[in-house]
Amino acid sequence: MSSLPYLLNGALVTIKLGIISMLLGFVVALPLAFGQVYGNRIIKKLVSVYERVVRSIPLLVILFLIFYGLPSLKIRLPEFTSAVLALGLRSAAYQSQIYRGAIQSVSGSQMKAALSLGMNRLTAFFYVILPQAVRIAIPPTGNEAAIVLKDTSVVYAIGVSELLRQGYYIITTHYEPMLIYLTVAFIYLILTVSINGLLSLFEKKFKIPGIGAEGGPNDY
Amino acid sequence: MTTNHLLLIENLHKSFDDNKVLNGISFHLDKGETKVIVGPSGTGKSTILNSINMLVRPDEGKIYLENIEITSSKNIHKIRQEIGFVFQDFGLFNHLTAKGNVMIGLTRVKKMKKKEAEEIAMFELERVGLSKFADHYPAQLSGGQKQRVGIARALAMQPKLILFDEPTSALDPELTGEVLNVMKKLAAEGMTMLIVSHEMGFARTVADEIIFMENGEIIEQGPPEKLFTNPDHERTKEFLLKFIDLYYEGV
Amino acid sequence: MNLLGIIAKDIEVIVKGMGDLVTIFLNSYPILFRGLMVTLLLTIASSIFGTIFGIFLSLGKIYGNKLVSRITTLFIALIQGTPLLVQLFVVYYGLPVYGINLSPVWAALISFIINSGAYQAEYLRGSIQSVSSGQLKAGLSIGMSKWQSIFFIILPQALRRVIPAWTNEFIYLLKYTSLAYIITAPELMGEAKIIASRNYEFFKTYLVVAFIYLIVVIIFTQIFNYLEKKFAIPGFEFER
Repeated sequence: MSSLPYLLNGALVTIKLGIISMLLGFVVALPLAFGQVYGNRIIKKLVSVYERVVRSIPLLVILFLIFYGLPSLKIRLPEFTSAVLALGLRSAAYQSQIYRGAIQSVSGSQMKAALSLGMNRLTAFFYVILPQAVRIAIPPTGNEAAIVLKDTSVVYAIGVSELLRQGYYIITTHYEPMLIYLTVAFIYLILTVSINGLLSLFEKKFKIPGIGAEGGPNDY
Repeated sequence: MTTNHLLLIENLHKSFDDNKVLNGISFHLDKGETKVIVGPSGTGKSTILNSINMLVRPDEGKIYLENIEITSSKNIHKIRQEIGFVFQDFGLFNHLTAKGNVMIGLTRVKKMKKKEAEEIAMFELERVGLSKFADHYPAQLSGGQKQRVGIARALAMQPKLILFDEPTSALDPELTGEVLNVMKKLAAEGMTMLIVSHEMGFARTVADEIIFMENGEIIEQGPPEKLFTNPDHERTKEFLLKFIDLYYEGV
Repeated sequence: MNLLGIIAKDIEVIVKGMGDLVTIFLNSYPILFRGLMVTLLLTIASSIFGTIFGIFLSLGKIYGNKLVSRITTLFIALIQGTPLLVQLFVVYYGLPVYGINLSPVWAALISFIINSGAYQAEYLRGSIQSVSSGQLKAGLSIGMSKWQSIFFIILPQALRRVIPAWTNEFIYLLKYTSLAYIITAPELMGEAKIIASRNYEFFKTYLVVAFIYLIVVIIFTQIFNYLEKKFAIPGFEFER
């Protein structure tokens, strides 16, 4: 029980890693998604190559390329920065697909109707397309956040003192691997369950009446 | 170019890939007039409406709205505000209530104060008989109600002209009546309307003129009584007679 | 001229870099190939046994009695809510406490089967529930028992619908088997680390590995696409 504070410290690092990586992913993914929906052929091709390549390579390889590989190009990054870059750049490839899908699933006739009212494309995007796309993107973005959070454990491999690494340190002195790793697992579980909880809260808050499993009173 | 017509269309051409959809369309519409375009599917009727709103760019030809050439206008957003558009699939914004749908053009395009926009929205919803449903979302409305909201949204912008693109063809038969009645009322109030429709009975009673189109060309246009009883062209007769049979069977 | 010179220099650097990658590959391909074989073995074995495990989990969750259903639901939630690496550590470092000592490859295999099983169970559950309940009734009406109806009528339909999710899961597994490196299993990443610590070319060696993963993923994706088209059954088209 004396080791719990250490684990909680690790959990804080894990949360920090998860949030910053997710944000980095978001910041990179938005322009990628825009590029793929509204860009010209070259931009579309470039974005889809980025997505395919990043999605085909294991996180651990990306992490090692950044942490062990970049120094041979004279770029030496600290563990935490390397971890955030690997997690964030990889998540960007998944998030951009989510946002692209969300934008595209708002039907073209919505844009047409907005233009017919005299809106320009930008106004139409912000007031008609985006509010609907955001709602569509909430559940998959929540799932992605849970995946990123779980995958922060992979940066154990480069020695970031996140939750799993803290567990390992405790075991080297106390030797109770089963108990400690199960406790670690339990903390991860609490974190992912909280993400799911937040997710359904958001979904309820932004739900559009009549759209959803139960359907509206005059649903057709 | 000066014209006394509200809307003047001259020699409109449009192709999609190799498919020639419009092949030299010319006609005009005066203030307060209602014209209904009829004809077989795929003859370019909707493309005309889309061109008038510049949602589709014609390859050739000119369109004027009160002496202003739409086809070369730099400020198409301004012109679209003056032309209402009612869509076959309603085109309601799914994340907004009925009232929100009617308001958004006023607040975001005309930059009106929210309160003022709300008053106008409620007035227009009342006009289509839906003030009770102001706070309903599109998914909570029937098809006929959705289309009436679509009409209210167009009306709120105080357009000089409203384009209707098959406004009832996505509706169940028992729901077309409520939409057609609203349109009849607007015609009687002197609204200028250009309608693409397959509702021949409606066209016959409401239209000042009927335009019969086939294969991207206007075959014949004139008052409904003439086209329905004594058309100049054999094709017009064949087409309209088929529908008249259907219409009278229905009655 | 100056600009041309710079461009020529850049091209030279890139070509030399590519040459280095090829050299590294040629110097170490037997080792990399050995590692790749372990990676593929882990991936294929865990996806096959994971599928079988997943079928039982999903059947338990949907058709089991209250207790079985509760337990499987909880188990699936526990596995999906925790990182694969932690599960790997529990099996590899935790089990020896109870006298169960597993080699790295076996520990990895068991963790991957359990993990994949839980995910596949959820995909399959969705798929089973999308097969209409009328199908079960129809099975009962021709005199089948409940479990006969499930195995001969519901499951064959559900499994066909779950194929796209299954192929995605396979690609995920292929990438996540790299975690076995952390518990020193000699798969592709493990071998690469050894090569890199000998030639000190970390960036280039990992680039070679990245290429190998990329190519393997592309090959499997193509194979799955081909098979899905070839064995498509009318009424079971996949939405992609």
